Amino acid sequence: MDSLIQVKDLVKVYSLGEVDVIALQGVSLSIDRGEFVAIMGASGSGKSTFMNILGFLDQPTSGQYLLEGINGENLSRDELAEIRNRKIGFVFQGFNLLSRTSALENVELPLIYSGIPRLKRREKAHKAISEVGLEGREHHHPSQLSGGEQQRVAIARALVNQPAILLADEPTGNLDSKTSEEIMGIFQRLNQGIGITIIMITHEPDIASFAKRDILFRDGRIVDDRMNLSPATIAKGRERP
Amino acid sequence: MTRLFAGLRLALRALMVNKMRSSLTMLGIIIGVGAVIAMIAVGAGAKARIAEQIASMGSNMLIVLSGSSTSGGIRFGTGTVPTLTVDDSKAILNEIPSVKYVAPNVSGVAQVVFGNQNWSTIVNGTAPEILYIRDWPLFSGRNFTQQDIDGATKVCLLGKTVVENLFGGIDPIGQIVRIKKVPFTVIGVLDTKGQSTWGQDQDDVIFVPLTTAQKRLFGMQFPGMVRVIAVQARETELMKETENQIIELLRQRHRLQPKQENDFSVRNLTEAMSSAEESARIMSLLLGAIASISLIVGGIGIMNIMLVSVTERTREIGIRMAVGAKGRDILLQFLIESLVLSLIGGMVGIGIGVAGTFILSSLTQWPTLFSIKAILLAFLFSGSVGVFFGFYPARKASMLNPIEALHYE
Repeated sequence: MDSLIQVKDLVKVYSLGEVDVIALQGVSLSIDRGEFVAIMGASGSGKSTFMNILGFLDQPTSGQYLLEGINGENLSRDELAEIRNRKIGFVFQGFNLLSRTSALENVELPLIYSGIPRLKRREKAHKAISEVGLEGREHHHPSQLSGGEQQRVAIARALVNQPAILLADEPTGNLDSKTSEEIMGIFQRLNQGIGITIIMITHEPDIASFAKRDILFRDGRIVDDRMNLSPATIAKGRERP
Repeated sequence: MTRLFAGLRLALRALMVNKMRSSLTMLGIIIGVGAVIAMIAVGAGAKARIAEQIASMGSNMLIVLSGSSTSGGIRFGTGTVPTLTVDDSKAILNEIPSVKYVAPNVSGVAQVVFGNQNWSTIVNGTAPEILYIRDWPLFSGRNFTQQDIDGATKVCLLGKTVVENLFGGIDPIGQIVRIKKVPFTVIGVLDTKGQSTWGQDQDDVIFVPLTTAQKRLFGMQFPGMVRVIAVQARETELMKETENQIIELLRQRHRLQPKQENDFSVRNLTEAMSSAEESARIMSLLLGAIASISLIVGGIGIMNIMLVSVTERTREIGIRMAVGAKGRDILLQFLIESLVLSLIGGMVGIGIGVAGTFILSSLTQWPTLFSIKAILLAFLFSGSVGVFFGFYPARKASMLNPIEALHYE
């Protein structure tokens, strides 16, 4: 498998007034295409900072990050926006849907910024919505959808531009356990079905067990990185329709 | 194009969410544009009325008045000594190329009688050209001619006011009126001219051939003397030059020494009127400027609301940025929003301004005048207010840090 993400000696320092907070102190790893990675760690361990850098929302203080060979260093805000638009799909804990906008229009949002014409947008958005099993709810607004459904809309939005990676930041943090499993089922299906690379932050071991690889952060460093081949995980994945 | 259209729909939807707030914000622009429209209309109306008065006086008209005299240290007013003659008038016409028409004139107040009615009015003895100079059409009948001048015939043209006072509904053409007991045949009635700039009724007048007036009505101290010569220049631009040439010519003809004062004077009425026009222009400019201030205040209202809106929608901006909106996409989104606010405000303002002007002019009888140009200008101005005052909030939105924006509560 070819290496999709290459991270070398990543350091991130925030200066809060006179105090410097070191969020990441030398993180190196490589993620291949088609992996499903869970990043775990206590709050303040640097996993969110790492995620922001992976998502081109933030720049490292030093070190190198390559996504499909693209180096985010020295790129302008607009160039970073374009990479986010084409290569990355975000799923957030709080769903982050536009509230006064229908599910379909929420899913279309990334396509608007890729300059795709309206009819083509519609078509792609419908396809992404059916991939997450929300046919018939296209015209509902977020307030008319359950938490699980909202997160599915967010997943459809993340997928609609066929990104290289899907970054999920605590995707089940606001959901009950049954709905969480549903969402994880979707992730596994997407990972196994269309082979999309998923990187997911979570602090729940249950949720992490759905991934194929678990990475543990502590104090801005990777302290554990191993393949998760527990049969239970695979079995759970296959139970899903 | 797709983006612009999508942006427009987005802006309208965002504004619909806070209907009350959007309409209150617009109110500032509405009042501003309405005031500009109304004030420009009032200013333009005043200007048009003055222009109308200039036109009614006669265009490009110069008036040569016979001179003042000094007798035993007492200086008499202009026109007290008849220093001008019909020959001066002919010389002005023949020797100054920029002169189109001349009309020598004598006048006086006289009692006019028709049947059992009588009326006191101003009688002008003059040349037929006076009607061209004063741009004064006939209502009915005909003008008198050079033959009437040569023959000193007893014919007259009556102003509308005279007709109204002497002839109750009878057609005056062909009737005989007595001016200072001399019978004159009415050959023409002048069209209504209205009041002069000074409120004088210009229609209270009678025109008769110059020679007739001299011989029959007012007498002559010496042959050919006139009090006033009305002159029309060919072009407005030539008026000053014509004025100087008349002065030079008359000084020569009157054999005045270089140190001697003129024994006549030349009045350039158009010039006097154009200074009145100028002050009307300044007034409308001033009114417009004051109204513009309210438009600017409206713009500040837009800026204020857009800043609030940007803060409220920080999270939305963060989401848009995360999925790939560039700075200019966000900038455009908020700029279109403020532009839509100001343009809708502008349109409503034009409506209110037009309606307000009608009410104002019907209540106060002020003359008002709309021009498409002024309305377009106000509309464009309101648009640029939207862009100008919307730019700072929009730029602020576009500069947000996506991570902070996403986690904004």
